[in-house]
Amino acid sequence: MKRFIGFIRKEFYHIFRDKRSLFILFGMPIAQILLFGFAITNEINNVDIAILDHSKDATTQEIINKISASKYFSIDAFITREADIESVFKKGKIKAVLNFEKDFSKKLIKENVATIQIITDATDPNTANTISNYTNSILQKYMQEQNKDIKPIYTIIPQTRMVYNTELKSVFMFVPGVMTIILMLVSAMMTSISITREKELGTMEILLVSPLKPIQVIIGKVVPYILLSVINAIVIVVLSIFIFNMPVEGSLFILGLESVLFIINALSLGILISTISKTQQTAMMISLMGLMLPVILLSGFIFPISSMPLPLQLISHVIPAKWFIIIVKAIMLKGVGITFIWKETLILLGMTLFFIGLSVKKYKIRLE
Amino acid sequence: MGITINNISKAYNEVSALQDISFNVKPGELFGLIGPDGAGKTTLFRVLTTLLFADKGTATVAGYDVVNDYKSIRNSVGYMPGRFSLYQDLTVEENLHFFATIFGTTIAENYDLIKEIYVQIEPFKKRRAGDLSGGMKQKLALSCALIHKPKVLFLDEPTTGVDPVSRKEFWEMLKRLQKKGITILVSTPYMDEAALCDRIALIQDGKILEIDTPQAIVKHYPKTIYNVSASNMYALIKSLNEYVYSHSVYPFGEFVHYTDQRDDFNPTDLKSYLEAKGLKNITINPTETTIEDTFMELAR
Repeated sequence: MKRFIGFIRKEFYHIFRDKRSLFILFGMPIAQILLFGFAITNEINNVDIAILDHSKDATTQEIINKISASKYFSIDAFITREADIESVFKKGKIKAVLNFEKDFSKKLIKENVATIQIITDATDPNTANTISNYTNSILQKYMQEQNKDIKPIYTIIPQTRMVYNTELKSVFMFVPGVMTIILMLVSAMMTSISITREKELGTMEILLVSPLKPIQVIIGKVVPYILLSVINAIVIVVLSIFIFNMPVEGSLFILGLESVLFIINALSLGILISTISKTQQTAMMISLMGLMLPVILLSGFIFPISSMPLPLQLISHVIPAKWFIIIVKAIMLKGVGITFIWKETLILLGMTLFFIGLSVKKYKIRLE
Repeated sequence: MGITINNISKAYNEVSALQDISFNVKPGELFGLIGPDGAGKTTLFRVLTTLLFADKGTATVAGYDVVNDYKSIRNSVGYMPGRFSLYQDLTVEENLHFFATIFGTTIAENYDLIKEIYVQIEPFKKRRAGDLSGGMKQKLALSCALIHKPKVLFLDEPTTGVDPVSRKEFWEMLKRLQKKGITILVSTPYMDEAALCDRIALIQDGKILEIDTPQAIVKHYPKTIYNVSASNMYALIKSLNEYVYSHSVYPFGEFVHYTDQRDDFNPTDLKSYLEAKGLKNITINPTETTIEDTFMELAR
């Protein structure tokens, strides 16, 4: 035990004396979360839309004017047939089509209810969602103005329809994604680098010719990074709550436990990488290419998995980050308990055990 | 308690590094492995310190088999690799403390063993190991290799890149450690250090050329060596090489070490030959054989 503590103390010396890795450890999470938080916003500006007006009366004209007066939308085309909707979308410039039903004014006066269909191009689900929200709020405002002196109350029903990604499953929430990336990067890359550094500097040779067992070396390498990653996770959650008003509906305790599980998963991947790479540079490249890219591209963080081609969807199943993002979203946004995410947790746990087993098996007790 | 090596062979992808090496190091012996770079010294050290498997042959260290009892060996030997392999970002004291801890001991417990070495670097104990001079680094590395009181000490080129004064001190320390009963296997490319060992093995291209005491190895040298000098070194070497009876010609400091093929060699013959070649200020005197001469002869 004393040996083990001595080893961990040495690891902390390494971490705190290397300014660059300290910067990666603590500077990056903060920079990333702020960058993603402020740069990737849900704001839209002058989005091109098309109008399909079947009634062409005073009310629809008024609504169209309101919409075109807002800074969010600019009307690019007026179309006359339902059949044209598809072709304007295919050109790619138009992001939404507003479809006013026939006899809009008449219905509003007679039945007090009229319908506008908001059709959005959901290839970018984030923008599509925002467009429909903004349109709705313009309509709401218009109704309030109208209803001030008229009784009975007019109701305009907006029917939202998304095309190309109809279910709109990926609510763009960057915090779970950033958290996943940071934990993956810190845990996997830093451990793999710190182990390969021992190989590169030749100190691994001395460690091998010592009574330290492989498992002691591995755990000794891992423990400091578990602690640091947990601190990172806390920083990210605190930042997202206080700066971006991210809701945390579920239990912070479960979120913490799940995070530790994911951190251990990433660490075991880091050890695995270190067993197959000889230099720090290789370890870093493998971590970046082999872990970061899949995490960013295939985990559902930026690109919704549901809109990926099937082969990529299948690949995404073996990416631990995907399951962690699902868990974090479920806890933070939906506020569910462990009963709803046990399946994902089990998958993550299974992957972790597999990676740990593999890396202990692959850890070399000799130089070749 | 010493080291036994039986028919060890090792190759790296077809390139043979060790070929059928066998020798024994007696308990408490200071044994030198002498050979140029690439002779296979480091590979042999790694086989003995359980870091590499040999392709063929067996070896024991302190009575333990290097393959089956590798854990026992790792508990009882001190190893100082050829490259400086301590933590450069840790201070002198932290390095020593770390190695003491992982071997389950403390600095205080074995301080007497490292005292003579450590007092020299103690004034710098708060300095990072990476900022030490070459000699200091080696002294620290030796301290770290000794801190757990090993039965056998493996030192792979401990004095390479170290200044002559530190080298001398280093060897004096090895002598003192030997008196404390530690078996020491040390490798070096410097032939002058060989004379300080109890016995040496001359190694080249993965083969042992000869094993004996330094004195015996020198004595076995079959020929008389002559120190030859002249005003033009380059022309001298060229002329000696062209001489019909020349056996070996090696530049050796300000002289050329020359041996002749004939048993009844007469220096005056050579002098007149060299004069005929136009060389001036010629001196030819017999000299004592060094280990380097022996090595060069064996390596021919």
